[in-house]
Amino acid sequence: MATQPLVDDAPAEAALNESQFVVPSLHCAGCIAKIENGLARIDGIASARVNMSAKRVTVRHDPAMEPPALKAAFVALGFDAEPLADPGVDLAAAEGRALLRALAVAGFAAMNIMLLSVSVWSGADGGTRQMFHWLSALIALPAIAYAGQTFFRSAWAAARQGRTNMDVPISIGVLLTTGMSLYETATGGADAWFDGAVMLLFFLLAGRSLDAMMRGRARASVAALLKHGAPGALVLTDSGQTRWTAAAQLQPGMRMLVAAGERLAADGRVVEGASGMDIAFLTGESAAVRVGPGDAVQAGALNVEAPITVLVTAAGPDTVIADIARLMDEAGQGRSRHVRIADRAARYYAPAVHLTAALAFMGWMIAGAGVHQAMLVAIAVLLITCPCALGLAVPAAQVVACGALMRRGILVKDGSALERVAEVDSIVFDKTGTLTLGRPVPEGMDAMARQDRAILLALARASRHPLSIALRQALEAQGVEAVPLDDLREVPGEGLFARHAGVAVSLARPRGLVSLFGLASEYRRGTEAHLLRFSDALRRDAGEILPALRSAGYRILIASGDRPEALGPVARATGATAIGHLRPADKLALVERMKRQGRKVLMVGDGLNDGPALAAGHASMAPACASDASQLAADVVFMGDVLAPVGITLRAARRTIHIVRQNFALAIGYNMLAVPLAVAGKVTPLVAAVAMSLSSLIVVANALRLNGAAR
Amino acid sequence: MTGLALLIPLALLCGGVALAGFFAALRSGQFDDPDGAAMRILSDEEDR
Repeated sequence: MATQPLVDDAPAEAALNESQFVVPSLHCAGCIAKIENGLARIDGIASARVNMSAKRVTVRHDPAMEPPALKAAFVALGFDAEPLADPGVDLAAAEGRALLRALAVAGFAAMNIMLLSVSVWSGADGGTRQMFHWLSALIALPAIAYAGQTFFRSAWAAARQGRTNMDVPISIGVLLTTGMSLYETATGGADAWFDGAVMLLFFLLAGRSLDAMMRGRARASVAALLKHGAPGALVLTDSGQTRWTAAAQLQPGMRMLVAAGERLAADGRVVEGASGMDIAFLTGESAAVRVGPGDAVQAGALNVEAPITVLVTAAGPDTVIADIARLMDEAGQGRSRHVRIADRAARYYAPAVHLTAALAFMGWMIAGAGVHQAMLVAIAVLLITCPCALGLAVPAAQVVACGALMRRGILVKDGSALERVAEVDSIVFDKTGTLTLGRPVPEGMDAMARQDRAILLALARASRHPLSIALRQALEAQGVEAVPLDDLREVPGEGLFARHAGVAVSLARPRGLVSLFGLASEYRRGTEAHLLRFSDALRRDAGEILPALRSAGYRILIASGDRPEALGPVARATGATAIGHLRPADKLALVERMKRQGRKVLMVGDGLNDGPALAAGHASMAPACASDASQLAADVVFMGDVLAPVGITLRAARRTIHIVRQNFALAIGYNMLAVPLAVAGKVTPLVAAVAMSLSSLIVVANALRLNGAAR
Repeated sequence: MTGLALLIPLALLCGGVALAGFFAALRSGQFDDPDGAAMRILSDEEDR
């Protein structure tokens, strides 16, 4: 069974711990086999199970094994892994499964009832018809009670607060239709509408499940990209021993040992050792900051060079990161006031429908018909206007558009994000990491000899220093193959040293006047030395995308925390106005000021310093290399080294809203045709069933036109 | 008429079996990792 969880025959099963790891680099069947088999061979690990869709690995292991040891096991296999601090309960996945179950039940009931209804329509009467109606009721009642829960609950919640949403007319329509059909069945009437009620639920649930599935996928992908904060640290006890302590249990006054390549789990002060800290998550700056005894370091910072000992000064909710998270929470509250387009439509639609049904009822009463007949007409009106097509109009369009965007590496978190992106008229870009790549890129690599590049790649692979990583990425992108090296060693703070074919080679800190060149590293082979310069390059299409967006009518601003001098070249290259020296709170104030001027702002940023502005913007986008907090705050996350996704998303969002409006027009047009028939009392269950399916199909087919929207 | 007494329960039973099968598949986690399942089938190893 390919997808059954592995069952272990080990008797000590109860004593095993389960840990989850996020492994973003999973991408093929080979990775699955490599991780599952490779980890299972290690002592202390019972089994590993890869979930490809969520890019997660569940490891069952001996409780004695701690996260650093497990992480090392992943690294030995060639994968970067981050422990998931708190796996928690995946609420979205549970909701998706509940919807799928409801959809299956509704589908089953709709098919079987239709089977019985077809025979009634083709002429069954008398006792047979009576029996078929009762059978239909027997299938429909439990199915509606089970599959309709989502709608009933949401409608009830809205009604209790005196509001209305799409679920209110749906629930009223389904419940009244079911009740009336039951009455007709009991009194031996000619028509029962069980098929219509169940089919309606089936169509609507199909829309909801698609919606949930899309959101689940985008969330899982975003979560997989997140570089989760450190789950804990090795703490030095009084007796000189070390003990693994979870982040939540860290207290000020403890001493943490932080190895190279680890993230800090709490704020603190360095007491021993010197190293470089990568605080890109905070500033968006890629260059490591040098720290020594007495310097303050923040939770989440990555120690890149040498082991250090840190005295904890603040942990958990008192850390700098937690402060920024609170600022973001407050800024994000305005966004929850956005009313989704479907609910805005429901505001007018629901009263109109109920009014029409009531008027039809009264009209027939005045015309002298009995209560029974007038009621039948009113029910027919409700059923025919039940927003089947309307309920599908929005999710179908959004699902198709989000799927098309996802294929281009753009993850949209939910449908309301697309609606908000479509409304923006101004775009504020951050500089570092958004307009630029946010990481150093080596310059002039093409000028080097092929063999030198091969040696460089072999050297760079051995280190986690940001410049080494930049070299490795650049060289791997050029298709360079690494050569084997001997005696490879890393000297913290100095560089990498090795021998190749008997000649000493190294990738090290440049000797001499480093500061003149900014970011630089030196490659030495024998007696030759070669200075490698790095710069944070603009994304290669930034110079075209920004002017294109401006000519499309958007107002463009660049807001950066950087020095104004550093902004000059960027502003010239993109032709946009740039504002420098902005702190996180200033960026937030800028966005708030634009909002007060009546502008709808799309914030595009990556650093934690952009977090509050991302949360405050009418909509927001972040590149996949952004800090965790920014990716969580952003509505849309895009991958890759180009800015084109910003334009693609804006165009796709506008097209989606256009199609949604068309769908609304189709659904309303269909109602214009069908309602007079219903009011005239000409709608039989057969007509209702045909009309409902047809209008749903048309709406879905129209939405499918969005498949090519992400161009 | 007698045919109906046999055919209707039979139709319901067939649908019911399919529904139960779907529920069982959902519960045993076969819908948890659709991407992974598509790749595992390419793996030659016997036990998984």
